[in-house]
Amino acid sequence: MKILVGVKRVVDYAVKIRVKPDRSGVVTEGVQHSMNPFDEIALEEAVKLKEKKLATEVVAFSLGGPKSAEVLRTALAKGADKAIHVQVSDDEAGKLESFHVAKTLQKIVEQEKFDAVFLGKQAIDDDSSQTAPILAGLLDWPQALYASKVEEGGSGHMKVTREIDGGLDTIKVKVPFVLSADLRLNEPRYATLPNIMKAKKKPLKNIPIKDLGVDITPQTETVEVTEPPVRKAGGFVEDVSALVAKLKEKGFVKA
Amino acid sequence: MLKILPKIRRPVRCLSAVVAARNEGFAKVMQSDLLAFENFLGKDGVQKDDISNHITDWTGQFKGHGSVVLYPKSTEEVSAILAYCSRNKIAVVPQGGNTGLVGGSIPVHDEVVLSMNKINKQFSFDDTMGILQCDAGFILEELDNKLAKLGYMMPFDLGAKGSCQIGGNVATCAGGIRLIRYGSLHAHLLGLTVVLPDEQGSVLHLGSSIRKDNTSLHTPHLFLGSEGQLGVITSVTMTAVPKPRSVQSAMLGVESFKKCCEVLKLAKSSLSEVISSFEFLDADIMECLKSNLDLHPVLSKSTPFSILVETSGSNEDHDMEKMSAFLDECLSKNLILDGVLAGSSADAANMWKLRESAPLAVTRDGYVYKHDVSLPLENYYELTNVMKARCGDLAKRVVTYGHLGDGNTHLNITAGKRCEELEELMYPFLYEWVVAHGGSISAEHGIGQLKLPYSNLGKESEERLLTKKLKNIFDPNGILNPYKMI
Repeated sequence: MKILVGVKRVVDYAVKIRVKPDRSGVVTEGVQHSMNPFDEIALEEAVKLKEKKLATEVVAFSLGGPKSAEVLRTALAKGADKAIHVQVSDDEAGKLESFHVAKTLQKIVEQEKFDAVFLGKQAIDDDSSQTAPILAGLLDWPQALYASKVEEGGSGHMKVTREIDGGLDTIKVKVPFVLSADLRLNEPRYATLPNIMKAKKKPLKNIPIKDLGVDITPQTETVEVTEPPVRKAGGFVEDVSALVAKLKEKGFVKA
Repeated sequence: MLKILPKIRRPVRCLSAVVAARNEGFAKVMQSDLLAFENFLGKDGVQKDDISNHITDWTGQFKGHGSVVLYPKSTEEVSAILAYCSRNKIAVVPQGGNTGLVGGSIPVHDEVVLSMNKINKQFSFDDTMGILQCDAGFILEELDNKLAKLGYMMPFDLGAKGSCQIGGNVATCAGGIRLIRYGSLHAHLLGLTVVLPDEQGSVLHLGSSIRKDNTSLHTPHLFLGSEGQLGVITSVTMTAVPKPRSVQSAMLGVESFKKCCEVLKLAKSSLSEVISSFEFLDADIMECLKSNLDLHPVLSKSTPFSILVETSGSNEDHDMEKMSAFLDECLSKNLILDGVLAGSSADAANMWKLRESAPLAVTRDGYVYKHDVSLPLENYYELTNVMKARCGDLAKRVVTYGHLGDGNTHLNITAGKRCEELEELMYPFLYEWVVAHGGSISAEHGIGQLKLPYSNLGKESEERLLTKKLKNIFDPNGILNPYKMI
């Protein structure tokens, strides 16, 4: 089984997000970036399957600006065999939608003949959660979304457990398939220095988006990005009767 | 200095075997004195009940017997109290966040506690020169948060930052994990407002609020690390540093202590201006973290030593390039066995959690003898080996972590419970060994009560005498923070 894993470069989860003064988006320059945490989990699962000899090759994929190469190097250090960077400008990268990513993944899958595509269940920057289902639709493959456990399913199938409200949903999907990884699927490993060094020698292929012929014209327009309203400071009251009076005044308790 | 404050109680330990007897020259606090205090401060400035937080230190090792806590709100009120106490020979202990580790900020007998908690109004910051001027009762983290909005931060970081106060930080010359980069507080202190415990309660404005002023003895610096012996600090003027925009962390596994030193040397030269921490952990503390707190090492194989190195800078690309080149060289020169470079803030947090949880991990063994000594690097780890051999089976564990970049080791010796036989093997041997090898018996925690019996070690009697003379000039009646340090 040859697995393609999507890894996205996103603003690190610990960074305090600031909105640009013109409200056109959030500030991404000069802030720490890292691999989307759910993509890390998807990658870890693919690498584990390879270690268990259930997969033969793991290829990391990223669609993004020049710096996306960094997360691909990290993916190679964490066990991917090869990497594919589909290049767009930083400007274009900021306007990409799930549909564009799925279309690009579709092209790569068709060119290089993969048996599975593993993705994070969502990217922590846009929270769309759309890429995996759109891709499954485009490829006409079965989908296993929000996976929390992946096992061999017998006769060309994989058994996937999904966490759902109040329980677990276990499904069997026929290979080839699309999978999205949930938080509890595994704990990603660290990139060790010897592996970071080795990763420098692993192949990283660059493909300009135009070579794939994917149209990345935006389908939506961002009208405005705003910060959440600032919570107003509370006040102190002297005693219980003052509290009750305030609550009555505000209409929270009946007079 | 500890980076976290575990909320646990340890059994009372009497390292300083005998507590000094009460000095009967001091007056006992009478009803008339309490009335006088209320007169200066108002009723809400005098607390007589529920004061156990103020007379016990957070480690639970030391407990005093004070009966009253005073909360002045201004320099003038501090002056009124000190003048009154000096004239009436009432002993006073100044107190900030009470996060010290040597019993320096709590009463020994019945000293009046002078809390700085309410002196926390005035704050100003010049965001061009980076000069901060603020009241002494501000909590370190509050200051850090205020400065963060202006693109700056405090030049030191402590585990106690959520409780400790800037006045106390100055009075104890707090160290912490950024010292290797920004230097000690001596590099940052510009001026102080202090109140002397003399009969006038003299208010002095020492130093200045500008970066360069070479016109007098550098008097504010006398108060750095003075442990509340000379006067009460009510306002601090110091420099802050620009907040780094890029922070990178890596954990390295090293085979021998000698190679740790080589890695340090290389880090200093190749990471130079961006290096901000160089922390050290041995295999025994890693094992302790695993068995006591279930914290697993980030390196896949256990190595005799681990190093946590951090850079702070203004440009991620530049810092990463330096870090990568440094790590490449470590590997190609065979200085390290293994290593992990944090790829995200989550990775970095896991690495720091190991270092920061070390003080908590050792307490879970039952009883812990903590040490805070500094040594020349050639003797840094030799101390651990010497103590391991000396303590033998009496010790449950002998573990070491610390700020290798500053030559500061936190050697911890644990036992299931307090053990006098072990204490006799350790003291004063350990402190004498440290001094004989050119080290200091207290690198950053100070002397306070804990190390008073050993305060002569490594200091010439002339220096001790000079300190006593100085104390007499500032505190002619000797009422401020008695039974400690000097």
